[in-house]
Amino acid sequence: MNIKILGSGCSNCKKLQAVTEEAVKDAGVDATIEKVEDIKKIMAYGVMRTPALVINEKIKAFGRIPTKDEIKKYIKEV
Amino acid sequence: MFAAIDWVLKELTYYLSYGLTVLIRWVLDLVGANSSILESSQYKGAVNFFFYDTMKIFLMLSVIIFIVSIIRSFFPPERTKKLLGEGKARGFLGNIFAALLGIVTPFCSCSAVPVFIGFVESGIPLGVTFSFLISSPMVNEVALVMLWGLFGWQIALLYIATGVIVAIIAGIIIGKLKMEEYVEEYVYNMKMGEAEIENPTWKQRFGDARHYVAEILKKIWPYVIIGIAIGAVMHGWAPAGLLAKYAGKENPFAVFVAVLIGIPLYSNAAGTIPIVKELTRLGMPMGTALSFMMSVTALSLPEMIILRKVLKPKLLAVFIGIMAVTIVIIGYLFNLIIP
Repeated sequence: MNIKILGSGCSNCKKLQAVTEEAVKDAGVDATIEKVEDIKKIMAYGVMRTPALVINEKIKAFGRIPTKDEIKKYIKEV
Repeated sequence: MFAAIDWVLKELTYYLSYGLTVLIRWVLDLVGANSSILESSQYKGAVNFFFYDTMKIFLMLSVIIFIVSIIRSFFPPERTKKLLGEGKARGFLGNIFAALLGIVTPFCSCSAVPVFIGFVESGIPLGVTFSFLISSPMVNEVALVMLWGLFGWQIALLYIATGVIVAIIAGIIIGKLKMEEYVEEYVYNMKMGEAEIENPTWKQRFGDARHYVAEILKKIWPYVIIGIAIGAVMHGWAPAGLLAKYAGKENPFAVFVAVLIGIPLYSNAAGTIPIVKELTRLGMPMGTALSFMMSVTALSLPEMIILRKVLKPKLLAVFIGIMAVTIVIIGYLFNLIIP
């Protein structure tokens, strides 16, 4: 599973990364978490509000920080 | 409803003030200090001001940020971009429309760059994009609540109206100046994808709104408390009319100086308003106070540094110049209108 955190490095992006790491650990899945800071790549996803959570190239949430339980749900859906 | 809330707040203020006074007297007696200051009307005025205003502001902040957050869940920037980009609103109408959407479309300053790129990329004219970019931070919901709570709804409405007018005027001027070449080139080479706009359920909207209230309160409460505390001290001990001589209408430079002082104060926007309330009581005219607040919220250094990523220095300078001039003009105008 490939998870991407889109964000230019603001405090909310760091928070999302931390929550995601916890969720992945809790869910016990094998996933790589990648941080995307390049604005060109972020825009290519059509996202205008950061941070955004992308799982296997699908946008799951943007403009807010989902809770750990929400992220676990997204992971299970995949 | 408001009368009932007011009554509850006044009762609570009474008991809290009394409790604090008992506590301070006990400490003062313990160390053998003179506690007669606690009987003074200045002390009582300051303590009452502090408790009453603190409770009122936090109550209003919670309720109004919650409502604003629900309204905003219907206007994500991705949708605003579509609304503006479909070419229905060109010319001045586009500027007006963009400035109004700026009020209800949420984005934090760290998203200013992607929002700007998204708008320009989808063919929205530069002037219209600026109308949006200006009104969005300028009509700030926290500042709005504080103004409403401390000065009444008329001043709060006035603040929205002037914010929108500044955004429209500045956007039109930037559009007329034809400064497209002063946007960093990479912005035009950007290819933007099409994100699916998720339509949240009501449960999600309420959950997000509650989350957002907590997040904002957590971020600003120290500033609000410090601001109200400073206001309370001024309320108790600074005589009314103190500032009238220096910052009154007779001083033609007051508005100008107020705008300059406001620029570096961005992060303390929530804390400055209780102080501004006291400044107006001490003789600062309302127009000067409004200019000050607008420069605090809209002409902030951090925002300029972020916008530099997409604007070349010349356009950034034009932007700052137009904003500063319109805010100063509005300050003088309101000083003329409001007695």
